[in-house]
Amino acid sequence: MLILGIESATTRVGCAIGGHEGVLASAHSSRGRRHAEALAPQIKFIAEQAGISLREIGAVAVDVGPGLYTGLRVGVTTALSVATTLRVPMIGVTSLDLLAFPAALTDRKIVAAIDARRAEVFHASYRRVPGGVQRISEPAITRPGDLVAAIEADGEPALVVGDAAVAHADLFGSAHGVEVADESFAHPSAGSLVALAHARALREEFVRPDEIEPLYLRRPDAEAKWDTEAGA
Amino acid sequence: MNADRILGIETSCDETAAAVVSRGSDVMSSVVSSQIELHRRYGGVVPEVASRAHVELLMPVVAQAIVEAGVEDREIEAVAATHGPGLVGALLVGVSAAKAMSMVWDVPFVAVNHLEAHLYAAFLEEPDLEMPLVILLVSGGHTMLIVMEDHLRYRVLGGTLDDAAGEAFDKVARYMDLGYPGGPVIDQLAMEGDPAAIRFPRAMANGGWDFSFSGVKTAVVNHVRKHPDAEVRDVAASFQEAVVDVLVGKARRAAREVGAKGLCLAGGVAANSRLREKMLDVCVADGYRAFLPSRAMCTDNAAMVAAAAWWRLQADGPSPLDVGADPSLRLPTIS
Ligand SMILES: [Zn+2]
Repeated sequence: MLILGIESATTRVGCAIGGHEGVLASAHSSRGRRHAEALAPQIKFIAEQAGISLREIGAVAVDVGPGLYTGLRVGVTTALSVATTLRVPMIGVTSLDLLAFPAALTDRKIVAAIDARRAEVFHASYRRVPGGVQRISEPAITRPGDLVAAIEADGEPALVVGDAAVAHADLFGSAHGVEVADESFAHPSAGSLVALAHARALREEFVRPDEIEPLYLRRPDAEAKWDTEAGA
Repeated sequence: MNADRILGIETSCDETAAAVVSRGSDVMSSVVSSQIELHRRYGGVVPEVASRAHVELLMPVVAQAIVEAGVEDREIEAVAATHGPGLVGALLVGVSAAKAMSMVWDVPFVAVNHLEAHLYAAFLEEPDLEMPLVILLVSGGHTMLIVMEDHLRYRVLGGTLDDAAGEAFDKVARYMDLGYPGGPVIDQLAMEGDPAAIRFPRAMANGGWDFSFSGVKTAVVNHVRKHPDAEVRDVAASFQEAVVDVLVGKARRAAREVGAKGLCLAGGVAANSRLREKMLDVCVADGYRAFLPSRAMCTDNAAMVAAAAWWRLQADGPSPLDVGADPSLRLPTIS
């Protein structure tokens, strides 16, 4: 089965097509967060490079976040539209899982962290298991300082990956027992998405488009403010 | 380029809409899912709330539009979406969906200007409207007096210097605690009120083509402050009368000056009963056609998007796939 993977949770946007032969074609770009402008031409390009028609796609995988809201919605909407139009099932994968996946060679605990703006980070922790990584904490949002403190308190040597690791390299790097992964581990990759989704497709772990939900982890400001005032 | 059966998508503000329209005027289906309830408690549209809702609602709305049109997917010959003006995060949902669908179906994608779409709402119900037409486009975001010389050829005579007409209705309603959205509430209340009870200012009624509504809004606030026991219905009716007088007065003058064959209303505020009534009166008095699209076609919908797309596609061909959203897109004009 051919899978189209779409990934747009960070400042980068990308897509890939692959299946049991691995990734046939992929594209990524970071052009000032112009996700909506870049994504459709990228999909067209990789389909041509892979020599397939979009009608041959059997499932659509998408990074459901957490990440930057506007870019994330461009990716999720595009994926939903392709899947709905083709009438094929979907596979949703979190951005943090995608970040941890290529770091599977380390013996350390993996902490995936994405810049959430406003001095906060989205994060989750992973442990290496045969054939990949396993998430050991739910995706959450916190201040970078609090995340560092939690990693230190835990005591286990950790590898921090993701754009938040790069952005706060000094903070994470100065923590005891923490290694900071370089730029090459900063963004989720659409190739990893297709690889992870293919494994799930073999187990038939599909969802319907209406079951795909972006993982925002933060409520709209107006909603939070309204509740605070209503409760006060 | 010709493609007759077009799927239109509209997500520029707080309506998630999809429609199938044939040849720019035959509405095969038009589905609108309003988010008014989601935004009511905030007294206005919250962009992040709107964008999240569009993602959730768009696919079901599109599916319903296709089912109601009674067509097969492969019978859709182009996919169009509003790409501006509007809320950027909201616009991107519709644009991304339309591009994806056009790629899968291998049909043209058309990026549509929301203002142009509003102008084409009139042609959905009256495909043979004669031009030049004077169109008064009034909504929560816009107040424009436009001359449509021919298809896709416009001149903008004037616009608002401050609040849009619909915005003035919303602000007055909010100040008087009447509810949200303000337009329909004031319209309803005004029916039982006396429009001559209070003489609110008619700003710039005789000078130029531009509008200004912040003065009348302030006058209402001051009046209510000075007369806390003022009859709400009379205040609503008098405020509405002042706004409608200015709108209709300028539209009438414009129609005379350009020798228009007709006068046409567009945009959400065009659903206002008093505006429709007065517009009809002056057209009858002056002897030209009044065209008042149905309320459903005045407010944001996707049928108007598909209609504008049909004309644009013939004139300009498909839009490139790297089109994004332009929150401050302007109406293309000829002078
Ligand atoms: Zn509108």
